Amino acid sequence: MSNIRRFPMRLDIKKGQVDMAHGSGGRAMAQLIEEIFIKHFDNELLRQGNDQAMFATAKGRMVVSTDGHVISPLFFPGGNIGSLAVHGTVNDVAMSGAKPLYLSAGFIIEEGFPLADLNRIVESMAAAAKKAGVAIVTGDTKVVEKGKGDGVFITTTGIGVMPADVHISGDRAQSGDVILVSGTMGDHGVAIMSSRENLEFETEIQSDSAALAGLVAEMVDAVPDIHCLRDPTRGGLATTLNEIAQQSSIGMQLMEGDIPVHPDVLAACELLGLDALYVANEGKLICICAAQDADRLLAVMRQHELGKNAAMIGTVVEDEHGFVQMETSFGGCRIVDWLAGEQLPRIC
Amino acid sequence: MKYVDEFRDGALAKKLGAAINKAAATDRTYNLMEFCGGHTHAIFRYGIQDLMPKNVKFVHGPGCPVCVLPIGRIDNAIALAEDHDAILCTYGDMMRVPASGRKSLLKAKAAGADVRMVYSTQDALKLAREHPDRDVIFFAIGFETTTPPTAVAIKQAKVEGLKNFTVFCNHVLTPAAIQHILQSPEVRDIGSVSIDGFLGPSHVSSVIGSQPYEFFAEEFQKPVVIAGFEPLDVMQSALMLIRQLNEGRHEVENEYTRVVTREGNLKAQALVAEVLELRREFEWRGLGMVPYSALKIKDAFSEFDAEVRFSVPKIVAYDVKGCECPSILRGVKKPTDCKLFGTICTPENPMGSCMVSSEGACAAYWSYGRFRQPEKKVRKAA
Repeated sequence: MSNIRRFPMRLDIKKGQVDMAHGSGGRAMAQLIEEIFIKHFDNELLRQGNDQAMFATAKGRMVVSTDGHVISPLFFPGGNIGSLAVHGTVNDVAMSGAKPLYLSAGFIIEEGFPLADLNRIVESMAAAAKKAGVAIVTGDTKVVEKGKGDGVFITTTGIGVMPADVHISGDRAQSGDVILVSGTMGDHGVAIMSSRENLEFETEIQSDSAALAGLVAEMVDAVPDIHCLRDPTRGGLATTLNEIAQQSSIGMQLMEGDIPVHPDVLAACELLGLDALYVANEGKLICICAAQDADRLLAVMRQHELGKNAAMIGTVVEDEHGFVQMETSFGGCRIVDWLAGEQLPRIC
Repeated sequence: MKYVDEFRDGALAKKLGAAINKAAATDRTYNLMEFCGGHTHAIFRYGIQDLMPKNVKFVHGPGCPVCVLPIGRIDNAIALAEDHDAILCTYGDMMRVPASGRKSLLKAKAAGADVRMVYSTQDALKLAREHPDRDVIFFAIGFETTTPPTAVAIKQAKVEGLKNFTVFCNHVLTPAAIQHILQSPEVRDIGSVSIDGFLGPSHVSSVIGSQPYEFFAEEFQKPVVIAGFEPLDVMQSALMLIRQLNEGRHEVENEYTRVVTREGNLKAQALVAEVLELRREFEWRGLGMVPYSALKIKDAFSEFDAEVRFSVPKIVAYDVKGCECPSILRGVKKPTDCKLFGTICTPENPMGSCMVSSEGACAAYWSYGRFRQPEKKVRKAA
C-alpha cells in the first residue's frame, strides 16, 4: 500500500460508531474499507481494489455455497459472528468434499454500531479465514438506519475446488452404510443460549464453531468414496439425519448410547427441557460411508484436533417411510423426528 | 450425568420389565392413566411401552399445562398484548398454542405485538423494572408446580411497588381435574373409558404432597402411585399399580419418595395461600367447567391482577372442526383416532393444543411414535 495516507484522520476504532456515511459509497466508506476490512483481510486480490476478484479456474469441478449469518448475541463463548460467518460457509463448501479457496463477505451494519466491535469481528474473520486456508477476496458494505438491523449481519459466499473421484452427496446413503459423527453434539446451541442475557448457567460451555475443511481433506484422502457429509447446524443432528434420509429414501437406526454429548451440554438441556439431538453445531460433521470404510475413517478423524471424539452412532437401513429411529439407552425404541418450529423450553 | 443416568439405566429397565411381565395377570388388562404430560413424554421418549406386556396400557391424561387452557383465555392474552401496548411475557411452550382465527402468541408477535418468552417469573419482573413506562403482563399458566413462583413474583412486585407489573392468572389444580375425569360419564356410566389406576403427578406432588389424592383413591376405589418423571420411575410405578390391582387395594402409594412427602412443601403452600385463592369454577379444555379447579389473585393483591386492571372479557371459543383434543385430554380417544392427526395437524402446523407441547399426547405420538402407525399415510414437511 502507498505510504501517503489518503485519510488525514484515522477512524476512531476505540470510541467511533458506524454512521450512514460509511455506507454511502463516498470517502467515509472507502476509509472504513481500507482501515478495517483491507487491513485485516489483506490479500493480493483484495488489494487490487476492484469491485470483483479475478482468479484462474481450476480444472475439473468447482463448488459454491452461500450463507447469511444473523446471531444474537454477536459475541459468544468460543467465537463471534465474524468467525462464525467464515466457518459456516467454509463448512458448507467442505461438506461436498471440496477444498474451499475463496470467500466473499457482505456486511449489513446498523447505524450506530461501535467501530470497536466491527473491528473485533473483522479481526476474528481474518483469523478464521487464515486458519481455514481461505482468502476473503471481495466484499460489500451497507449501512442501514438505526433500528432496521440487529447490529451486524454478514453474508459469505465460498468457492472451492473438488478433488477428482469424490462424489459426496446427500442422496448417496444406502442400506448397510454406517453413520459417523466427528464429536459431541449440541455445544454451539447451548453456548449461545447460555450467553443470552436472560439465561445464566454456572459453567461456561464453549461453542464448537470451527472450520472443518482440514478434517474433511484428510478424510477424503483416506476414503475418497465417502457417501454423505453434512454439518448438523440448525435443527441439530436429528434434523440433518432426517434431511439425508429423505434425500436418499432410506431409514436410519441410531444407538442413543453411542451419540457423544458433553456432560455440561446434557445438563443444560436437562434443565431447559431441550433435546441435545436438536441443538445446533458449528464445528461438527456427520459422515455416512460403507461399513468397511468406517474404521479407517474413524481412525483418521480421531487423529485430527476437530475429530477427537468421533464415534459411530448408527446404521442406514431400508425404510420406505424414511424414518430415523433410535434405540434408547433405556432399551426402548423411538422415532427421531424433524425439529418442529423452534425448540422451546418445557413448562412443567 | 450423575443423579440422572441412574434413573435411565437400561439394564435395570429390563429387570423391571421382567418383573412387570411376571406380575401382570394374563387374563385381564391394566389401563393406567398417567396424568402428567411429563410422564407421557417419558413413555414415548424412552420407548417404555416396548418394555411392557401388551395388556398393560397407558391412557394419557390431561396433565399438559398448555393443552388444558381453553382457547378463549389465549385469545384474551393476545388481546392484552395487542390492545394495551403491553409487554406480554410467558413460558416458551405457550407461544405456539393455536388461538381463535388461526392466531397464536407467536403470530401476534410477528404481527407487531410485544410478546416475549421468559424462563421464570423473575425474568418477567426484570422486564417490568427495565420498562417502567410500559405495562408488563405475565401470562401465568401451569399446575401447582409453577404456581409458587407466580405467588413470589406478585409478593415481590408489591414490596418493590412495581406499578406496571400485572399477572394474567391461569393456574389450575390437579386433584380437581382427576376427580372430574373420574366423575365423567365416559368413566362412570357408559364405561367407554376404563381407568384402573393413576400414575400420580411428580413435580406437582412435590408441592401439594400425596395427601390430596387420598380422598378420591378411597371414594372411587382407584389406586394412585405418585411417580417420578424418569423412565425407571414410570416403570416402577406401573409395577406398584399392577400389584395393588392384583391385590384389590386402592391406596395412595409414593414411588417418588426422593422428592415427595405426604404433606408436600408447606412453605410453598403457605405462599400460594397468601396470594392466591380458589376460583368458583374454571373452564378446562376437554373437561369443560370444573368447579374449584383454578386459582385467582386475592383482593389484597388485586393491583397486580391483569383481569382487574384491564378488561378481560369472557370469550367462548371453539376448537377447529374435527379436532379431538377435548376427547384426547379425557382419555376417551387416542391421537390416532383424530382425523386431523398427521394430516393437517402436525407439530409444524398445530390445529389443537395437544400437538404443540412436547408434553401433549399428539405431539408425543407424532414425534416419537410415528413408526407404530405405518398404515397411515405420512406426509413430511420439507
